[in-house]
Amino acid sequence: MTPNPITRRFADLRARNRRALVCYLTAGHPDEDRSIELLRGVAAAGADIIEVGIPFSDPLADGPVIQASSQQALAQGMTFDRALALIAKAGVTVPVIIFSYLNPLLAAGPDALKRAAAAGASGVLVTDLPVGADPPREAWLGDSRLAFIRLVAPTTPSDRMAEIAHHGSGFVYLISRLGVTGARAELPPELPDTVARLRAATTLPICVGFGIARPEHAASVARVADGVVVGSALVEAAGRSVDDAIAFTSGIRHGLDATL
Amino acid sequence: MTTLAHRDRFGIFGGRYVPETLIPALDELDEALDAALRDPAFTAEFDDLLRNYVGRPSPLSTAPHFSTRVAAPVYLKREDLNHTGAHKINNTIGQALLARRMGKRRIIAETGAGQHGVATATICARFGLECVVYMGEEDMRRQELNVFRMRLMGAKVVPVLSGTRTLKDATTEAIRDWVTTVNSSHYIIGSVVGPAPYPRMVKEFQSVIGREARAQMLERAGRLPRTVVACVGGGSNAMGIFTGFVDDPDVELVGVEAAGEGLDSGRHSASLARGTPGVLHGAYSYLLQDAAGQVHPAHSISAGLDYPGVGPEHSNLKDSGRATYVAVSDAEALAGFQLLSRCEGIVPALETAHAIAWVDNQAGRWAADEPVLICISGRGDKDVAQVSALGVAGA
Repeated sequence: MTPNPITRRFADLRARNRRALVCYLTAGHPDEDRSIELLRGVAAAGADIIEVGIPFSDPLADGPVIQASSQQALAQGMTFDRALALIAKAGVTVPVIIFSYLNPLLAAGPDALKRAAAAGASGVLVTDLPVGADPPREAWLGDSRLAFIRLVAPTTPSDRMAEIAHHGSGFVYLISRLGVTGARAELPPELPDTVARLRAATTLPICVGFGIARPEHAASVARVADGVVVGSALVEAAGRSVDDAIAFTSGIRHGLDATL
Repeated sequence: MTTLAHRDRFGIFGGRYVPETLIPALDELDEALDAALRDPAFTAEFDDLLRNYVGRPSPLSTAPHFSTRVAAPVYLKREDLNHTGAHKINNTIGQALLARRMGKRRIIAETGAGQHGVATATICARFGLECVVYMGEEDMRRQELNVFRMRLMGAKVVPVLSGTRTLKDATTEAIRDWVTTVNSSHYIIGSVVGPAPYPRMVKEFQSVIGREARAQMLERAGRLPRTVVACVGGGSNAMGIFTGFVDDPDVELVGVEAAGEGLDSGRHSASLARGTPGVLHGAYSYLLQDAAGQVHPAHSISAGLDYPGVGPEHSNLKDSGRATYVAVSDAEALAGFQLLSRCEGIVPALETAHAIAWVDNQAGRWAADEPVLICISGRGDKDVAQVSALGVAGA
């Protein structure tokens, strides 16, 4: 079996001593056409992996920017399958991860993951399905062809970090801070310690997200982790224009590469 | 692997669908709850507060005129006579005691009608805890009196402007606060909803309703009720009273949901009658949602029932057939509000009025010696201004 494109991407980055830039975009925001332009533009500007958010009416892990982008996409009729169509149409060569809350994913039906893979997705991440919460549904996600990205929080004890990593693949998403998604001025001071705890618990690559908004944040994360995830700050730029989103992505890419 | 204990699954329902950040706090809560329930000092303090601060046991009243109307003896479990005017205080006292045991000095709550917010603000004032209550802007307008009461007792009431600006969005916003402040805050959920262990814990603290009511029925009526009736939004008063009778196979359990402007209008809160299973606010349960899994806005004249989800154990009681769930419209609930006021001198909350209306609609259903027990979950003072503004006669 060929390795998952996400795993291959990290192997390639490691060989080149580079860190991964993971970019989050809400499917259908600000509208379907620009959403496709954004996927292509962000990939060309240096994204290694793109997370495509399936908008949900009640995104309890998200701050105001992603909430608003989700509402805007839903108001225009975005759905799981329209998001897949959008991914297929964009046709980017970087790996794409379906980023969803559990409910819209369940509503998409038992073959949702097969359809996602057919549309070109390589991974899936579910914000509200922590390890151990629902073994049958976790098995459904874990046994698919998609890499199953699991999340670790700053509150997660070390033994649970190992358990989470054991039940995931592709990479581990480390939530940098308490709270919901959203740009912040500073990185939390305890982040290097949290990364070190997680590093001791897994051999999977570690990407850090939540609050990464500036090139200097990316640069400091690059010193300890294998990649960064940018979400709200990118979505905010995408709301202004495709060009702003591309410029923002390039800026983070430079910050990420500058220290290496 | 850490998997949920069987006790936190109700058939296929329940669970713990939350961001990873909250998992250690839910584990801590789970352990603290177990330890507290085994600790005689905890239960003694809880019982003492229920007796001497809340005023329990709440009375069981007969309803002579209403009984004549429906041709069966009707009994009313008077949670409206509790301190703060509703059953909500039972749960907030239990959870505030737990928060204190866990060393958490900041309390978060969501509220719809404001009764849970008031009950939380009350116990926080009593224990000297900081209190932040999230309330939809629409509900703050509908329930101005309760907003004033919360602020009077020192709570910070935060208006929620997202979504439908009602209970669903207030709950989402409270969870967002908790994800951010989880190390110092405890989130007091007001109903038998949310991630494990909340549904089980809230049921535990509300089970006093059913325990008292069962003993009172045996003493006063000399038998168990034929039917126990309670309104269901999230379902905590219903779960509290049902728990006293769930093991009595001859006792019928009926939950009354809000049919709003009608079950076919698309504007109702009848998650059990018209919903499908899905995940909202941490639990798998019946839910008003569209085919794509987006949560559908609920509607009810009563802010406390205006919620698109329902407690997971109710979903299981529905599927197992042990309880029956029915729905009553806004107009019928208004009639029930007036009916109990006029014929028994008891002004019920609009939520409770749904249960009254269903029993009234069912006149003739019971034999003359079959008692009907209704949970009067709260009093209607909070609703008087809203009902009066609707131009209801006599109000």
